[in-house]
Amino acid sequence: MKLKRTLIAAAIAATFVTAGTASAQVSDGVIKIGVMNDMSGVYADLTGMGSVVAARMAVEDFGAAKKGMKVEIVFADHQNKPDVGSNIVNQWYDVDKVDAVFDVPTSSVALAVNEITRKKGKAFLVSGAATSDLTGKACSPNTIHWTYDTWMLANGTGSAIVKTGGNTWFFLTADYAFGHALERDTEAVVLKSGGKVLGKVRHPFPGQDFSSFLLQAQASKAKIIGLANAGGDTINSIKQAAEFGIVKGGQNLAGLLVFLPDIHALGLQTAQGLIFTETFYWDLNPQTRAFTKRFSALSPRNLYPSMIHAGMYSAVIHYLKAIEAIKTDDGTKVIAQMKKMPTNDPLFGKGSIRADGRKLHPAYLVEVKKPSESKGPWDYYKVRATIPANEAFRPEKDGGCKL
Amino acid sequence: MDTIFGVPTQALFGQLLIGLINGSFYALLSLGLAVIFGLLNIINFTHGAQYMMGAFCAYLLVSKAGIGYWWALAIVPPVVGATGVIIERLMLSRLYRLDHLYGLLLTFGLALIIQGLFRNEYGSSGLPYPIPGELSGGRNLGFMFLPNYRAWVIVASLAVCLGTWFVIEKTKLGSYLRAATENPALVQAFGINVPRMITLTYGFGVALAAFAGVMAAPIYQVSPQMGADLIIVVFAVVVIGGMGSIMGSIITGFALGLIEGLTKVFYPEASNTVIFVIMAIVLMFKPAGLFGTQK
Repeated sequence: MKLKRTLIAAAIAATFVTAGTASAQVSDGVIKIGVMNDMSGVYADLTGMGSVVAARMAVEDFGAAKKGMKVEIVFADHQNKPDVGSNIVNQWYDVDKVDAVFDVPTSSVALAVNEITRKKGKAFLVSGAATSDLTGKACSPNTIHWTYDTWMLANGTGSAIVKTGGNTWFFLTADYAFGHALERDTEAVVLKSGGKVLGKVRHPFPGQDFSSFLLQAQASKAKIIGLANAGGDTINSIKQAAEFGIVKGGQNLAGLLVFLPDIHALGLQTAQGLIFTETFYWDLNPQTRAFTKRFSALSPRNLYPSMIHAGMYSAVIHYLKAIEAIKTDDGTKVIAQMKKMPTNDPLFGKGSIRADGRKLHPAYLVEVKKPSESKGPWDYYKVRATIPANEAFRPEKDGGCKL
Repeated sequence: MDTIFGVPTQALFGQLLIGLINGSFYALLSLGLAVIFGLLNIINFTHGAQYMMGAFCAYLLVSKAGIGYWWALAIVPPVVGATGVIIERLMLSRLYRLDHLYGLLLTFGLALIIQGLFRNEYGSSGLPYPIPGELSGGRNLGFMFLPNYRAWVIVASLAVCLGTWFVIEKTKLGSYLRAATENPALVQAFGINVPRMITLTYGFGVALAAFAGVMAAPIYQVSPQMGADLIIVVFAVVVIGGMGSIMGSIITGFALGLIEGLTKVFYPEASNTVIFVIMAIVLMFKPAGLFGTQK
């Protein structure tokens, strides 16, 4: 383990410095952004270096150099472990003078960073993590939850599926904070829409062989098998469900959190017909297509952006706008300013941030195309419905946030 | 319907069968580790990476050259085994006179490097590998739907495991191997080239890992970290079976697959820790493992 820690330390590297004069009120003259996520495990393609690329693009598009703002980006791999993530963030805040932490997929790690950031009065902008607790019982004046959350996924996907007749469910859940939250939020939607939950099984994270759990799901005779997991776990669950003839046997899969790179890895042959909710798709409009073209040229292996990458871009732009407006990078003040200002960027359009830290924008219910419908590489989704910003996320009063 | 602790017996049969399938992979991998440890006294931490290389090699054959699964089963193990031979000649052979720890550190470092290189090149989401046409589909056994490919995994890995056991325990070549493990100097005195035998044994152990990798490719995504998670479990299997015991590692591999399968039914949250609990208990009562002998 010690060896691994040393390697992480070596991986933390300063990457981007724009020239220009420092503005006096910004601490030590530099706005230092720390991007922490999974760079080596099951979530690396959804977050990873792609998030760093998106952050760099945002700094460039904001025109920080021209405005005389000095912005530096550092990044690190938390390996999906809360202890590793906490160590890195503590060092960033205490020693390396990082002003804000971005991204942080893996809800258990994000909840830990949320507490550290609150104690130290810094800023935390979550694009990668999913748990709706970040704007619920764990909400903080120093945190904004940007891209999506478990309530939004449950509400978008769960209710759409129950409405089309999928009224009995069995959950296959990743056994940690994220899986539990996604299962809880989806179960609530299923029950509210008149459906029933026949059973659930919690698998170790990360897993590889899901056949045993799929067999239990099959035996439950539920019409819908809800996959409350993500990344590599979801990919393997879907693949092995096909192997065990689950869909052929009349049961359907509901991928509760699926990203574009997952579909790319599965291939349309296996993934076709899946229905799920996203807040970003590259082929929505001319702006998203233009962003994607630039992103793909810079990203590892020319991947197209996931919604987490898009959220990173949008969050960094708004963060810098807020600092420009109040001329300080004090975490608590910047977050308060970000909530005051309306958001506007090419990827998510106009939006806003609620007092509890929830960023609001529309969500899209998408269906994966059949191989015959896809016109080219990455042409994977049909947008079935757009859920407006005011309906996509949990109402503020239901979250239990005391802000 | 009859039930055992609230679980229908029929469902239980299905879970036992699944456990046996996972056990096949444990057995194949721990067998390679046991063979290598037996002769080289090296704890081969690169084993997981070599298993992953086997799967990637199969993927590259089909995507770059159109060479399918059956040929991959024949081609991949010798190719990856050859990389093992190179590693043994260039690096491991320099460490035999040193403490075990050096071999462990070297192979662990190599594993990290190999996994990092593959991750850079292919990303973490993994790549799809199709199930061969002859083995697609499955049959209904009454208590479960058994995909044909999974049935093949059990048969093939049993055959390979027993074949390896037979060669090592029952043939002349095997007797040389075992003798060289006991007393290399004496065997060398009889005119047998022990260093070459050691090199080939390492190559063979690596080839076994690569074989398991090809077997795994159609079931799991072919991804750089596929071996990293598995290898820790496989090490526990080897420790429980007894370091260096051939039959021990085969039996333990299958048995622990079964136990893990049962845990997935009765208390799924513990299914990735149960093997380590068993390891701790076994070490308390039999420090050399169930089938090992104290040296």
